[in-house]
Amino acid sequence: MSDVYVLGVDMIKFGRFPDRTVPNIGAEAALMALDDAGLTIKDMQAMYCGNLGQANAMVGQRILQEIGQTGIPVVNCANACATGATAFREAWMSIKAGMYDVVLAVGVEQMGKGLLGGAGGGDGIPKEGLLGSGTMPCVFAEAGMEHSSKYGTTFEQFAKISVKNHHHSTLNPKAMYQIETPLDDVMNAEMISYPNTKLMCSVNVDGSAAAVLVSEKKAKELGMQRAIKVRASALASDPFTDRDLVMPDVNACTRIAAKDAYEQAGLGAEDVNLVELHDCFATAEMLHYENLGLCKDGEAGMMIDEGHVELGGKIPVNVSGGLLSKGHPLGATGIANIYEVCSHLRGEAGKRQVEGAKIGMTHVIGLGTACAIHILEKP
Amino acid sequence: MYLNYKKNLFQCYLKHKYFYGGNKNMLPAVDYLIVPDKGDPYLEGHKCNVCGAMFLGERTVCSKCFARDKMSKVKLSNNGTLYSYSIVYRSFPGIDVPYISALVDLEDGGTVKGNLINVEPDPDNVDFGMKVKVVYGDALGRKDKDGNSYMSYFFEPA
Repeated sequence: MSDVYVLGVDMIKFGRFPDRTVPNIGAEAALMALDDAGLTIKDMQAMYCGNLGQANAMVGQRILQEIGQTGIPVVNCANACATGATAFREAWMSIKAGMYDVVLAVGVEQMGKGLLGGAGGGDGIPKEGLLGSGTMPCVFAEAGMEHSSKYGTTFEQFAKISVKNHHHSTLNPKAMYQIETPLDDVMNAEMISYPNTKLMCSVNVDGSAAAVLVSEKKAKELGMQRAIKVRASALASDPFTDRDLVMPDVNACTRIAAKDAYEQAGLGAEDVNLVELHDCFATAEMLHYENLGLCKDGEAGMMIDEGHVELGGKIPVNVSGGLLSKGHPLGATGIANIYEVCSHLRGEAGKRQVEGAKIGMTHVIGLGTACAIHILEKP
Repeated sequence: MYLNYKKNLFQCYLKHKYFYGGNKNMLPAVDYLIVPDKGDPYLEGHKCNVCGAMFLGERTVCSKCFARDKMSKVKLSNNGTLYSYSIVYRSFPGIDVPYISALVDLEDGGTVKGNLINVEPDPDNVDFGMKVKVVYGDALGRKDKDGNSYMSYFFEPA
């Protein structure tokens, strides 16, 4: 099977674009990625498109209607917050399978503001506030509090993650916000669902990101200077765990995908130079230091206290600003974090450059039941 | 203080607490809550006879061990311990806050989620592993579009 390379990749600056359409936002990133690869839509043999909000509305084909209708196969996919990474992975697989040499993957989302989560629809009466809360800040707070229960993790430690990611975003011109948020500001912000304050919740934004993936043969033909090798692409669903029915288990599926990804790459966590992981809430990031093997179980609090996960630290995490400050357009997130890691591996990340980065990892979680991980390498 | 706890909101919340008085004409808020015509309401689990996995709601296949048609109905315990929680300050419009969203491991198996009541919603008053009991009562006065009343369950410190 051919190795697969990212030849072109880019994202738009995340923001709020209520006057634009989803395909229009997606088309912008698609054109940017094509330009980055030095190719045109005529060179693409297939397209994989990730979008959640209009999952039934042929977003991929509508993007092609904006940038070039060439008749290629288009697959639209939805996988909660793992949507973009899933589209990327489908593109990767199509090259692995030997079907194509040049494929386009696009992720796009238009969000609007507000609280995400199950409003308790269906028959009968609403369950929100009656049988606990299905809001995302609460669901991920409960997952974080499980960590507190096991290891004594504190509100302050969770808050420090948000301080870090907001600081990183001040170095990223494509982030939604570039604002420092000192610890007091984070801890005294409006409490949404303890221990997650408003500044510890990801920002709902509109955005898009896209990548051009190519086979090794094509990469060699077109030039390898800026090509990034995909060392691993792993996707896992949630195995049965005892509290499954009431508590989405974001840990178990991440651990399965991480094990698979490290095995595919023939690497360990100690080989990774930077990680973009799914900080949908500050409480979530804490869990994934351990789930991804960046530290031992129970050491996540120490990782943030000691600064190991900051830019300049042992293993910088979310130097883009993460979902907490760069923003979280659900369908775009899983390709935007691939853009971030590729920027570092290419040495093009500007002020937030992780010096000498050779190997990077991306991770996304879809509603606790999907996890996608990619390991990327500068060849 | 980080909590912004407002006492008046909590008292408002307490007013909504209706303890179990009678089951007449009350529908269960969820399908794993059984409200018999006579006798006490209870929570029902579906347990796999092969591997022991416990589910809420009826099913025929075990998603843990994949056994088919090996499920038995079991009456879940009204005693449990607090596994995890969050205190919810922002919810959907019209929902009273703050409240404690709690995950409770029941004795003899099963984990259920619900509101922990009769505790001031402050992390200082909530301990992991604290003993709680399941109590039953009106579903905070919520009615469906046909005007039916519902019974629900809550947790309170044992």
